Amino acid sequence: MPHDTTTPRSFQEIILRLQTYWASQGCAVLQPYDMEVGAGTFHPATTLRSLGSRPWAAAYVQPSRRPTDGRYGENPNRLQHYYQYQVIIKPSPANLQDLYLGSLAAIGIDLGLHDIRFVEDDWESPTLGAWGLGWEVWCDGMEVSQFTYFQQVGGHDCKPVSGELTYGLERLAMYVMGVDHVMDMPFNDPESPIPLTYGDIFRQTEEEYSRHNFDGATTEMLLRHFEDAEKECGRLLAFAPDDPKSGKRIVMAHPAYDQAIKASHIFNLLDARGVISVTERQAYIGRVRALAKQCADAFRLTEAGADL
Amino acid sequence: MPDLLIELFSEEIPARMQSRAREDLRKLVTDGLVEAGLTYASAGAFSTPRRLVLSIEGLTAESRAVREERKGPSTSAPAQAVEGFLRSTGLTLDQLERRADKKGETFYAVVEKPGRQAAGIVAEVLEATIRNFPWPKSMRWGSGSLRWVRPLQGILCLLSDETGAHVVPLTVDGITAGNTTEGHRFMGLGRFTVTGFDDYAVKLKRAKVVLDTAEREAAIWQGAQNLAFAAGMEVVPDAGLLSEVAGLVEWPVPLMGRIGEAFLGLPPEVLQTSMKEHQKFFSVRNPKTGRIEGFVTVANIEAPDGGEVILKGNQKVLAARLSDAKFFWENDLRVAKAGMGDWAEGLKSVTFQAKLGSQADRIDRIAALAREIAPLVGADADDAEKAARIAKLDLRSAMVGEFPELQGVMGRYYALEAGEKPEVADAARDHWRPKGESDTVPTEPVSVALALADKIDTLTGFWAIDEKPTGSKDPFALRRAALGVIRLVLGNGVRLRLVPPISRGIFEALSVMPSERAQETMKAYEVVAERLPEVLEADVPAFVENDRFSFRALGSASGSLLSFFHDRLKVFLKDEGIRHDIIDACLAMPGNDDLTLLVKRAEALAGVMKTEDGANLLQGFKRANNILTQAEQKDGVEYSFGADPKFAETDEERALFTALDTAEATITPAIQAEDFPEAMAAMAALRTPIDAFFTAVQVNSDNPVIRRNRLNLLHRIRAVCSGVADLTRIEG
Repeated sequence: MPHDTTTPRSFQEIILRLQTYWASQGCAVLQPYDMEVGAGTFHPATTLRSLGSRPWAAAYVQPSRRPTDGRYGENPNRLQHYYQYQVIIKPSPANLQDLYLGSLAAIGIDLGLHDIRFVEDDWESPTLGAWGLGWEVWCDGMEVSQFTYFQQVGGHDCKPVSGELTYGLERLAMYVMGVDHVMDMPFNDPESPIPLTYGDIFRQTEEEYSRHNFDGATTEMLLRHFEDAEKECGRLLAFAPDDPKSGKRIVMAHPAYDQAIKASHIFNLLDARGVISVTERQAYIGRVRALAKQCADAFRLTEAGADL
Repeated sequence: MPDLLIELFSEEIPARMQSRAREDLRKLVTDGLVEAGLTYASAGAFSTPRRLVLSIEGLTAESRAVREERKGPSTSAPAQAVEGFLRSTGLTLDQLERRADKKGETFYAVVEKPGRQAAGIVAEVLEATIRNFPWPKSMRWGSGSLRWVRPLQGILCLLSDETGAHVVPLTVDGITAGNTTEGHRFMGLGRFTVTGFDDYAVKLKRAKVVLDTAEREAAIWQGAQNLAFAAGMEVVPDAGLLSEVAGLVEWPVPLMGRIGEAFLGLPPEVLQTSMKEHQKFFSVRNPKTGRIEGFVTVANIEAPDGGEVILKGNQKVLAARLSDAKFFWENDLRVAKAGMGDWAEGLKSVTFQAKLGSQADRIDRIAALAREIAPLVGADADDAEKAARIAKLDLRSAMVGEFPELQGVMGRYYALEAGEKPEVADAARDHWRPKGESDTVPTEPVSVALALADKIDTLTGFWAIDEKPTGSKDPFALRRAALGVIRLVLGNGVRLRLVPPISRGIFEALSVMPSERAQETMKAYEVVAERLPEVLEADVPAFVENDRFSFRALGSASGSLLSFFHDRLKVFLKDEGIRHDIIDACLAMPGNDDLTLLVKRAEALAGVMKTEDGANLLQGFKRANNILTQAEQKDGVEYSFGADPKFAETDEERALFTALDTAEATITPAIQAEDFPEAMAAMAALRTPIDAFFTAVQVNSDNPVIRRNRLNLLHRIRAVCSGVADLTRIEG
């Protein structure tokens, strides 16, 4: 399929081209998950759907939050809120590397002119109880994507294996368009009647959230919310599968997983507030992982997560 | 004789795993072929990021037929025995041969294995190799169950002889072997067919793949040097980086760039580390300024613009990385110039080990110990303490947070900025050393004092909480720490008795532990401190046997750590050519916690035992000692006094008296002066009179007075020799 290989003119054009490309490769183009997450991997479309044997192919943008990375909008490429582009295909197709390289060409990277490299990078998420092998992909020495073959998620072996691609959108777009500071990057077409830069949209929120994450958020409340989410997760999973009202068998894996996501984000916020000591850190990560595992266990009992 | 070519084509293999994988492939396949009865002339393995290759020349076309014969039970043996033999051979009764021999008739199993074609054997061996390949980490992909380092995409397996090239029929987990492959990911021109290794290597090169790692390394190094030379610069050699980069590219294209002016003020170690760790760049030095001013990156593609875009991209990434480094450096300098107080404060809240308190607690312990050790190594005590107080502060710096491998190096820079003396700053850098067996030992006195204190503190701490190394497990690298102490002490000729700092260190570590055992042991320490001279002269574990339990806890921990040092020392000296029993003979002597003294004695003893006099003296000594020990056991007395020359009957006896007097007159002052060679020589000189004595004299005389006198004389031999070393421990 022919692609527009000119250099994109805006951040959103890169997103749109990726959407078109992966749609043309047969992925369901999903929308972002409506909760605060640290990375696209947390979207249930990746975490939960990588379990069980049902084939799956999805692509989506996921707004991601890393409270400790806030720099008040001043750092050229560090943000507490940024976008990831995520592709997940199960089973991983034999030509996944070629498909991926096609996506780079689709956003205007000339593969004959640039130096693209697959450099060893083993991926592990202690909070999700997940790991995989793959690479970070370099373009002219710059890391532009993570490429992972999932081996285990939530403590379960992935059979079949999912292939996961994660693009750090801001960094990739800045590189493709030759922009030095993220806030200067055109968000829409610079020749639009109302041209908007990334900074026009996000500079103020970066300031506000940086202050919130480091100094504003109430830690006592967060600690309480963490406990609540942890309890709620377990409570939802403790329900008997048979629902008396509908007469159906309903395991509440997704609502429980929402609580695991919530606990994970609250932990990140507490970390940014500096109230978690080195030794406590491990314990918190362990508690989130326990939730993620229980949700994975539950999802395996549902139709979407079963082995065919 | 056919040649065999195997290519295992996969997605990118991690660079660090390739050299081991080449060797494993060669060994597994050739071992398998040989075991199956084939032979070969030569085998060579190659790797690129996307392929593992094995080329075998002169393989035999088929394995030899083998005839195996096994003798079974007698034909008259019970049915059970015969059944057992049938089971183990897999034959039936009528397939067995009966042969007459002396005892009657015996069953024989004769199995004829016909020769097999190489292709069948190769297919079996290669499949087993792929399925059992010892990757350090492997994975599954897609819907398959095969494991490989990354998805395995193709197998090329060809046997070629004068009749042509033949694909070896083989399918592993859905991947069928063929005779085609592809070249460079971006510059190759599609799949191509190959007929053998030479054809393969030529076509690969045409498809922009250099197969041989050594050739890629040479091309990178030569290319990098040429680029640097043309700009009047030089590449900083880095063999590890060269081998890694060669494993990241199939077609190396070195490109050189300059580091931005704004970053040239960063310490060279920071530039080098940042460029190497993050970007895999070689550093380029300007010989005129001595500074790192450029870099060489190695691309995997020949771009039509000569690499301009690639270089620009890399330069941009480097600038972003170095901006971070510069930001860290400038922030760190502010803290350093203010005296590093923020970092010292910060270390109070960093846990060193849960049971051993914070890094700040640890620094207090090391500082006290460094003060104690300082005078013994010729360092100023205040300098040593100061160095201890600042040496760990860089752990809190942003730069070391980013690049842990720069700890120490940064510590020195920051200490200088904080206005510390050069020798104190150097100690911050060097107290981590020796980092491994190949690392050199610091020699500057303040560095030596601090390096010793740091390592002894680590050892005593983990001994106090009973986290000793066991078997192959040594998570806190305590063996390396002990070897570090040994090398520091011996390398600098340091006279340090280890027991006082050991027992004190264990006590200090226990004092931060609120447990009952710790409290008990602390009380015990006071006793140890009071009675230290006594402890020093005794074997520590034996000494504490007689004391109360709490004392034993500290004593046995100290004794166990001292034994650990002795064990490490034996390993170390064994490598230097000194036998373990020689060391044991010296360990039994007082002052065995002074390693320098111990080794001096051991070296002298090893030297004298190599001489004829020494070896014979040992026999004479053992004879004297055995006779004496037996007599003492039999008579229930100790013959330790009163040998008198006036009861001597023979000249040989009188001569021995004189010789012992002479020897004693030399040995006592020599030992005092630690002149062990002199003492050993005097001891060895006793060989002739002792031999003569035993030849001429019967010790167990009928005359009880004479017998007693002779036994007392033997005791003098034992006493004189025992002042030098415990010869009973020497083997032979």
